[in-house]
Amino acid sequence: MNESTNGAPLIALHNIRKQYPAVLAVDDVSLSVRAGEIHAVLGENGAGKSTLMKIIYGAVLPDAGRIEWNGSPVTITSPGEARELGIAMVFQHFSLFESINVVENMALALPGKYDLKALAARITEVSQRYGLPLNPWRSVHELSVGERQRVEIVRCLLLSPKLLIMDEPTSVLTPQAVDQLFETLRTLAAEGTAIVYISHKLDEIRRLCHRATVLRGGRFIAEVDPRVETERRLAELMIGREFPETQRHAQAYGPVALEVMALSVPGDGPFGTALDRITLRLHAGQILGIAGISGNGQAELLAALTGELPPDDAQSIWLNGQPVGRMGASARRKLGLVNVPEERLGRGAVPPMSLTQNALLTSYRQGLVYRGLIDNDATTAYADNCIREFDVRCGGNTAAAQSLSGGNLQKYIVGRELRQAPKVMIVAQPTWGVDVAASALIRQQLIDLAARGVAVLVISEDLGEILEVCNQVAVIAGGKLSPVRDVSATNAQEIGTWMSGLFPQDEPAPVVRAA
Amino acid sequence: MPLRLPFRLIPRAQPSQRMLLIAPLLAVTLTLVVGLGIFAALGQNPLVAFRVFFIDPVSDINGVSELLLKASPLCLIALGLAIGFRANIWNIGAEGQMYLGGIFATGLAIHFHENGGPWLLPAMILAGAVGGALWASITAFLRAQLRTNEILVSLMLTYVADLLVKYLVYGPWQDPQSNNFPFTVSFSDDALFPVLMNWWDWLEGTRINLSLLITVVAVPLAWLFMDKSFVGFQLSVAGLAPAAARYAGFSEKRMVWIALLIGGAAAGLAGVTEVAGPIGQLNDRWTPGYGFTAIIVAALGRLNAFGIVLAALLMALLYLGGEAAQISLQLPKAISQVFQGLLLMFLLGCDVLVNYRVARRMPANALVNA
Amino acid sequence: MIESLNPLLASAIAAAIPLILAALGELVVERSGVLNLGLEGMMLIGALASFVAVAHGGGLAASVIAAMAAGAMIALVFGFVTLTLQANQVAAGLSLTILGTGISAFLGRQYVGFRAPASFADLPIPGLSELPLLGPSLFSMNLLGYATIALLGGVAWFLYRTRAGLALRCIGESPVVARSLGLPVIPVRYAAVAFGGAMAGLAGCYYAVAQFKMWQEGLTSGNGWIALALVVFATWRPLRVGIGALLFGGVSALGLYLQAINVQVSVFALSSLPYLATIIVLAFISSNQNAIRRNAPASLGKAFHADG
Repeated sequence: MNESTNGAPLIALHNIRKQYPAVLAVDDVSLSVRAGEIHAVLGENGAGKSTLMKIIYGAVLPDAGRIEWNGSPVTITSPGEARELGIAMVFQHFSLFESINVVENMALALPGKYDLKALAARITEVSQRYGLPLNPWRSVHELSVGERQRVEIVRCLLLSPKLLIMDEPTSVLTPQAVDQLFETLRTLAAEGTAIVYISHKLDEIRRLCHRATVLRGGRFIAEVDPRVETERRLAELMIGREFPETQRHAQAYGPVALEVMALSVPGDGPFGTALDRITLRLHAGQILGIAGISGNGQAELLAALTGELPPDDAQSIWLNGQPVGRMGASARRKLGLVNVPEERLGRGAVPPMSLTQNALLTSYRQGLVYRGLIDNDATTAYADNCIREFDVRCGGNTAAAQSLSGGNLQKYIVGRELRQAPKVMIVAQPTWGVDVAASALIRQQLIDLAARGVAVLVISEDLGEILEVCNQVAVIAGGKLSPVRDVSATNAQEIGTWMSGLFPQDEPAPVVRAA
Repeated sequence: MPLRLPFRLIPRAQPSQRMLLIAPLLAVTLTLVVGLGIFAALGQNPLVAFRVFFIDPVSDINGVSELLLKASPLCLIALGLAIGFRANIWNIGAEGQMYLGGIFATGLAIHFHENGGPWLLPAMILAGAVGGALWASITAFLRAQLRTNEILVSLMLTYVADLLVKYLVYGPWQDPQSNNFPFTVSFSDDALFPVLMNWWDWLEGTRINLSLLITVVAVPLAWLFMDKSFVGFQLSVAGLAPAAARYAGFSEKRMVWIALLIGGAAAGLAGVTEVAGPIGQLNDRWTPGYGFTAIIVAALGRLNAFGIVLAALLMALLYLGGEAAQISLQLPKAISQVFQGLLLMFLLGCDVLVNYRVARRMPANALVNA
Repeated sequence: MIESLNPLLASAIAAAIPLILAALGELVVERSGVLNLGLEGMMLIGALASFVAVAHGGGLAASVIAAMAAGAMIALVFGFVTLTLQANQVAAGLSLTILGTGISAFLGRQYVGFRAPASFADLPIPGLSELPLLGPSLFSMNLLGYATIALLGGVAWFLYRTRAGLALRCIGESPVVARSLGLPVIPVRYAAVAFGGAMAGLAGCYYAVAQFKMWQEGLTSGNGWIALALVVFATWRPLRVGIGALLFGGVSALGLYLQAINVQVSVFALSSLPYLATIIVLAFISSNQNAIRRNAPASLGKAFHADG
C-alpha cells in the first residue's frame, strides 16, 4: 500500500482538452496514477470521465495537452498503441461480440498465432488465478452480465497490463459480485498494476480507492483521499452544491390499476429472455419498482406491458378492470397507460425531428389532429407547455430531439407523457445518463404523480434509485419475478441476492392496504 | 489507418436545412461538369453538346410539350414512391406496377374498342390505378405478413410484368393486322386522353394531353398527405426511427400497405397516361424506364412534393437531351442513363453535408502542445 | 432417361456458376455489415470490361483481370459514397445499378453484334467426367467453373478459419465494438466491397465471355438481383450459396429444357420461372424470421461513422 502514495507516476496527463461540436468535454484536466495504486475518477454523467479515459486508451484524440508514460512523453493515437504500452480497458458497455464464443472474442484482440486451443488453456489458467472462473468455449450470448464482465477483465489480464482502466464496472453487478470484483482488483494492485476506477458511486470509491480525482463539467475540481472524506463531502465536490433530496408523501393506495396474471411470452429475438408466468398487481397511488440486472426479461416485460409486442393471452394483462392483453400500444395509451422508454433517442423520440413533431408521437389524441390533418398551432402550444412546465433547456420547440442533452430530453419525454393525464405510468431507467439535478426533478415528479393517484411502475437497474423512489420492490431474474417487498422491509443485500435469481418461488402476494 | 483523407466529418447537432437545398444543386452542378468532361473526351465541343442536350430540346413549344409529357408520369410515380421511401419502404418495382396499370387500361380499351363511350377513359384510369395497386399488393402482402424483403420482391415482379406484357402483345392481344409485330390495335378516341391543342391553337402540333391534369392534381394532394396529415407523419416516423413508431403504436403493417398501395396506384396511373396518351396502344417496349428513373426523381426532389416536380422536369430534360444527342451527335442514347446514375451518386455523396460538417484534418503531430 | 437429363444438369450448373460468384462476393460484403444492392450494375461493368479485353485480342487471362478490376473499381465508388460519405446504402446500391447499366450500355454500343474471338472451353477431367449422371456436367466444366468451386471453399475457409475472417464477421456484427477493440472497421469494409465488386465482375465475365460469347445491353437480365436473394436464401453461409445457386440454376435450366422438348407452355411463362422461384423462396425463408435474425449480420446496411 506504500507504493500507492509514493514513487513516480506510471502515467501522467497534463492539461488535456477535448472539444466536441456541442460541448467542451474535457477542459484542462491533469491526472497522474502510480503503479499499484487504485485511483478513482469521480464525476457525474457528462463530467468528462469517459472522454478522458478514451483519450488514455487512444480511442479519442485530445485537442491539446501532453501524456507521459513512465516519465517520457507519448502520443497514443489508437487502442492498439495503448495496448502496446500496457494499457488495458474494461468498458462500461462491453466490447464483446454476442454471436461468437469467449475464446474467439479474446483471440480478436490478441497478437500472436491464431491458435484457439492454446489460447483457451491460457484463459482457464489466468481466470483461475484471479478468481474469475470462465468456460472459454461458451458463446457470449449465453453468458450473464457478470460473466461477460469476467470475460472483459480476463481479456485485459491476458495482456499483463501495467494500467487497467475500469469504466463504471459495478453498474451491472449484484452487491455480492461487486465484493468479488473488489477482491480481484485489490490482488492486481498488490501485484503492482495501476488501476483507474471510474465511478459515480461514492460508497464503492471510499471502500476501494487510494486516491480520487473529482471532475465536474469537464474540469478538474479536486484530488482527495476518499478513505478520509465523507460521502456527503464527495457528493458536493462532484455536483458542486448540496445534494438534492426527494420528498416522500404519506401514501394511501386506491383500487388496482394494472394487473398482470401469469404472463408468459417468448424471448425477443435469438438472444432474448422468455418471461415465465409473471404476476403482479399495481394500485393507484403506488410506486412499484422492478429491480434486476439488464437482460433478465425487462425488455420483454416492458414490450408486453406497453403493448409494443402484445402477448397472445388477452387475460394476462388487465388495465382498470379491463383485459388488454391483445391490445396494441396505441389502444392501451387511449385507456390511460403511458410509458417512458429506456432508449430516449430513437424510441422515446425521433432524433432528427423537432420537439414539436415529437409531441405528436404519443400525444396526438390531445386535440393535436383534426380530421386526419395535423393542427400546427395546437401541437406547437403542446410542445411549448412541456418545455415550460418541465424546465427543458433547449433551443425552442424547433430544436431537434437529438440536439438535447440526455437529461433535458428525458424531462421533455416525461412531460409529454404526463400531460396525457395517465392512470398508469411505466418508466424504464428513469434517470439513466441524467445529471443529478435533473434526476432529482424526475424522481420527485414520479413521487408527486403517485400522490395524485396514478399507478407508477419503475423498471430500473439502479437499486439505489428504486429504494429511494418506490413504495415496494420486486426483482426480475431469468424471466421470473420475485415476491414483492415493502421497501422499508428489505435491504440492498436481500435484493442483491434475489438479483442472481435466488428468491423464494410462488410466495403468496402480500396484501396491500387499500384507501 | 491506410485511408487518411485530408478532411474529416464532424456530425452536426441538427440536420442543416440549408444543405438540404444546396446538396441537390451541388449534385446537378457536379453532374454537369462531369458530363461536359465526357463530351470533351468523346471529341465533342462541350458547349455545343451542352446546347444540344439541355437548351435545344426545350427551345420551342413542341419541345416544352414533350418535356411535360415525360415529366408528368415521372412526377406521378415519384410522388407515390416518395411516400414509401419516407417510411423506409423501398418499392423499386414501380416499373412493373406501371406495366400493370398499362395492361389493365389496355384490357378495357381493347374490349370496348368498337363500342366505347365517354365513360371508357375514366374507367381505364381507374383500372390502371387498381392494376398498379394490385401488383404492388403482392409485395405488400409478403412484406407485411412474412417480412419478405420488398426490394427484391418488387424488382422480381418487374421482370415478371415485363414478360407478361410481352406475352400479351405477342399473343392474345396482338393486333391481327400487325404482321406479327408485337403491339395491340391502336386505341379508339374514346380510350385516349384528348390532346390539349383541340382547345388551344397555340399548342398546334404538340402531343401534350389532358393526362397532365392528373399530375397537376396529384402534387398538392401528395404534399397535403406527406407533410400535413397524421398518416404522413406516421410514415415519416416509421422511416426515421422504426422503434419510435413501435413505441407510439403505429402499425407497421398498415404503413407497408399504405406505402405500397399508393405507390402502386400512382405507377399504375402513370401507365394509363402512357398507353392512353402518346403511345395509344400497348407494345413490348413502350417505356423508357420511368419506374426506375422515378426513384432518382424522388431522391433528387428530397421526397418533397414540390421538389419532385422540379426533379421530374430535370429528369425529363435528360431524356430529351439523350434523344437529341443520339440524333445530332450520334451518341448512344444510354448517355442519359449515365447522367442519371451520376446525378444520384453525386446527390448521395453531397448529402453528407446535411448531417456532417467538413473540417480539415490536423496533422497528427499538431496534437501535442496545440 | 438419365442421359436425357445430362443437358439439363449441365445447363443448371452453367446457370449456377455466375450466381455463385456474384453471391459469394456479396456474402462477404454483407458479412462485413455493408449492403451493396449494385450487383447487377457491377456485373454489367465486369461483363463489358471482359468482352472489350477479349475483343481487342487480350486473351482470356486479360478478360478475367479486366472484369475483376473494373468490378472492384466501380464498387469502390459505392464504397466511398457509403463508407466515407455516410450515404444510405440502399440508395447508393440502386444508384450503382443505374450507373453500371448506363455506363455499360453507353460504352458497349460499338461492341454489339460482335462475337468473342476467344472463350472458355470445357475441360473434362479424365475419368471423373465419364461417371454416370454427374460426371459429364460436374467434371466437365470450364476453367471459371472449377475456379468457382475453389472460391466457394476459399471463402468458407477465410470466414471461419482465419483471424481476418473472424474480424470481418465481428465488424459486421458491431462496428462500434470492433472499433473499441481497435479493429480497422472502415478499411476492412472497403476491402470487402472491393472483393464483392471483383467477384461480381467475374460473374459478368462468365456471361460475356464464357456463356453468351458476345456483348449485349443488360445481358445479366436480373441475375444480379437473384444473386442478392441467394445470399438471404443461404442465410449468409457460403456453402449454402452453392446449394441455392444450383437450385436456381435448375429452375432456369428447366425453363430452357421444357422449351427444347416443345412443351406447350408460353415461352414467356417459362422465362419468368427464375423470378417467380426467387419470390417464393424469399417468402419461404423470411417466414422463418428467427433463422434470419440469428444469422444476418447485425449491423447490415447501417452507416457507421468512425469518430475522431
